[in-house]
Amino acid sequence: MIKPSLITAASLSLAAFSAHAEFEVDVAGSASIEGRYFLQDPTYPQQPRTQSSVAIEPEFYTEWNNGQDSLLVKPFARFDAQDSKRSHSDLREFQWLHVDDNWETRIGVGKVFWGQTESLHLVDIVNQTDSVDQVDGEEKLGQPMVNFTTYGDWGTLSAFVLPYFRERTFSGEDGRLRPPVPIDGDGAIYESDAEQHHVDYALRYQNSFGDWEVGLSYFDGTTREPELTVVQTDNGMMESVVPYYAQIRQMGVDLLKVQGSWLLKFEGIYRTGQSEDFGAMVAGFERTSVGVFGTSQDLGFLMEYQFDERDDNFFATGQNDLMAGVRWSLNDIDGTEMLAGYVQDLEHSGTYNGFVEASSRMTDNWRWKVDAYFFSSDEVNEDTFWFMRRDDHVQVTLEYFF
Amino acid sequence: MKHKLRPLSSLLLCAAVALSAPVLADEQTQAEGLRIAKERKAQDTGWDNSEAEMKMILRNAQGQEATREIRVKSLEMQSDGDKALTIFDSPRDVSGTAFLSFSHPMDADEQWIYLPAIKRVKRIASRNKSGPFMSSEFAFEDMTSFEVEKFSYDFLRDDVYKGDDVFVVEQTPEDEFSGYSKQIVWVDKAHYRVRKVEFFDRKDDLLKVLEFDEYTQYEVEGKTFWRPHRSNMFNKQTGKSTELVTEELKFMQGLEENDFDKNSLRRAR
Repeated sequence: MIKPSLITAASLSLAAFSAHAEFEVDVAGSASIEGRYFLQDPTYPQQPRTQSSVAIEPEFYTEWNNGQDSLLVKPFARFDAQDSKRSHSDLREFQWLHVDDNWETRIGVGKVFWGQTESLHLVDIVNQTDSVDQVDGEEKLGQPMVNFTTYGDWGTLSAFVLPYFRERTFSGEDGRLRPPVPIDGDGAIYESDAEQHHVDYALRYQNSFGDWEVGLSYFDGTTREPELTVVQTDNGMMESVVPYYAQIRQMGVDLLKVQGSWLLKFEGIYRTGQSEDFGAMVAGFERTSVGVFGTSQDLGFLMEYQFDERDDNFFATGQNDLMAGVRWSLNDIDGTEMLAGYVQDLEHSGTYNGFVEASSRMTDNWRWKVDAYFFSSDEVNEDTFWFMRRDDHVQVTLEYFF
Repeated sequence: MKHKLRPLSSLLLCAAVALSAPVLADEQTQAEGLRIAKERKAQDTGWDNSEAEMKMILRNAQGQEATREIRVKSLEMQSDGDKALTIFDSPRDVSGTAFLSFSHPMDADEQWIYLPAIKRVKRIASRNKSGPFMSSEFAFEDMTSFEVEKFSYDFLRDDVYKGDDVFVVEQTPEDEFSGYSKQIVWVDKAHYRVRKVEFFDRKDDLLKVLEFDEYTQYEVEGKTFWRPHRSNMFNKQTGKSTELVTEELKFMQGLEENDFDKNSLRRAR
């Protein structure tokens, strides 16, 4: 297998200019500078009021065999000036893809997405969330995998063997967006003696039936969403909070139906193996109007209802919540778009969170992003958002694409 | 009296013809419009599959200009609308984004978009066909294949366009969710190539004018196909325009149906 280093990549790119080059390495990617400003003073000592960081994510790609085989290498690194735990690097992708007539294999480190809804990704379980990198949970860590996919008129069937587990990332002592005692990710406890080396399996079927998109999935292995455990010293003092990763089985269903200008979406899971067996679901719609206000702009309305049988998991915030959102695309040359959402807890009126994500292009290579998140809770020491009640912040990012 | 009778009867006859003329002409012009549309489709049947590299140049009324690079893979379907896969190469922040479209003569089109940053394939609500394709003056519905069943037709007149004899045909979308009340199409008589289209909005006002230029001849299995290498869509209401320039076009690229599914979308690059 070909492992292009920076030097060979550069020299191969040069070689690509010569007519007889057998293959070339495409180099692309992005680099960004980001600042966070927190609107309130921190709740816990050591937490900063502002946070700044830089990140880089280059991408190297080469293919051979008429494109039937390809290799994609995509490392990532972020340096955060305040939170040492947020300074981290990851191999997002390092994947050999082989494509044949009705099957393909992906071997290495990769990323897959499963699901249909916007406010929660219940079904999406293969990749671990890089929760320290972005608050919205959309950023994922690279997952080592051997994947075999076969497809035909009957749909797509994908099988995964996942030989290594990625631990979730958490803010450190000098970071915001954390409980009073930082979660000690390095002290993670596992149900399996194999710990991170437990081999997980996953299976997914996906197909389109006219207006319907249907996905069925099954996962057997280490849960991606930990439970938090307090480690105590001999005299009963709290030493640290650590994640506990149980062995789980999860069945998932995701559905989408196109209904005129409406998209109806559903995701449901049933998971066994953690401290309680439970079901969870999210269901809702997105309705888009094009050419609003006599312009060429699109305006979409989203609403999703979140339900989760658990009531004490730190990470499961959507127990009985309603999300309402607006997606606005200007359809201008700069590709300006905005998404704003608000999630209300239906049992506690003082518990809600919201977000605004806006971005636009400045030149063909530069893009600005402004993201804002706010959290509120009236459940003292009970709710995830209680611990983050003063972590409302605005994040400004300048991203350069090359 | 005998002399005078003839002119009178021929006058009556003329009147009768004049009275029935609009009805007759309607059926005739509709039939002629349909004939032209069918011939247009027939002339463009049998190309099987193609792959194109294109530049899309967006211009706004203030003179701001931006160039996008796209690749379009197309597959002709014999008993259905065509399939197309469009891959965006620039600007860099959307590079790798791919758009898959199944055009259907009668049913709603099916469309998906792949967002590489989050590895997600998203279904698009196809009723929003009047929305802009990639911020351009082309709507999604302008990018789907021409199918005879999508419109009803009325032949308007013979004309001359840029020195060539043309038919001018009015075509009315059958789909109530089209962004257009009608289109007027200039089709040349020699090869049944569309040379110009005027798009009218739902209020029946002229919205956009599309002109095709630099028609180039391709041979596919002994049959001749014409493709415009330059097309310009001008929005009369906003002053914005989009030019599509074909840089390279190849037929018979061995593309098959499995090159146009959601798996191919995921690995499009």
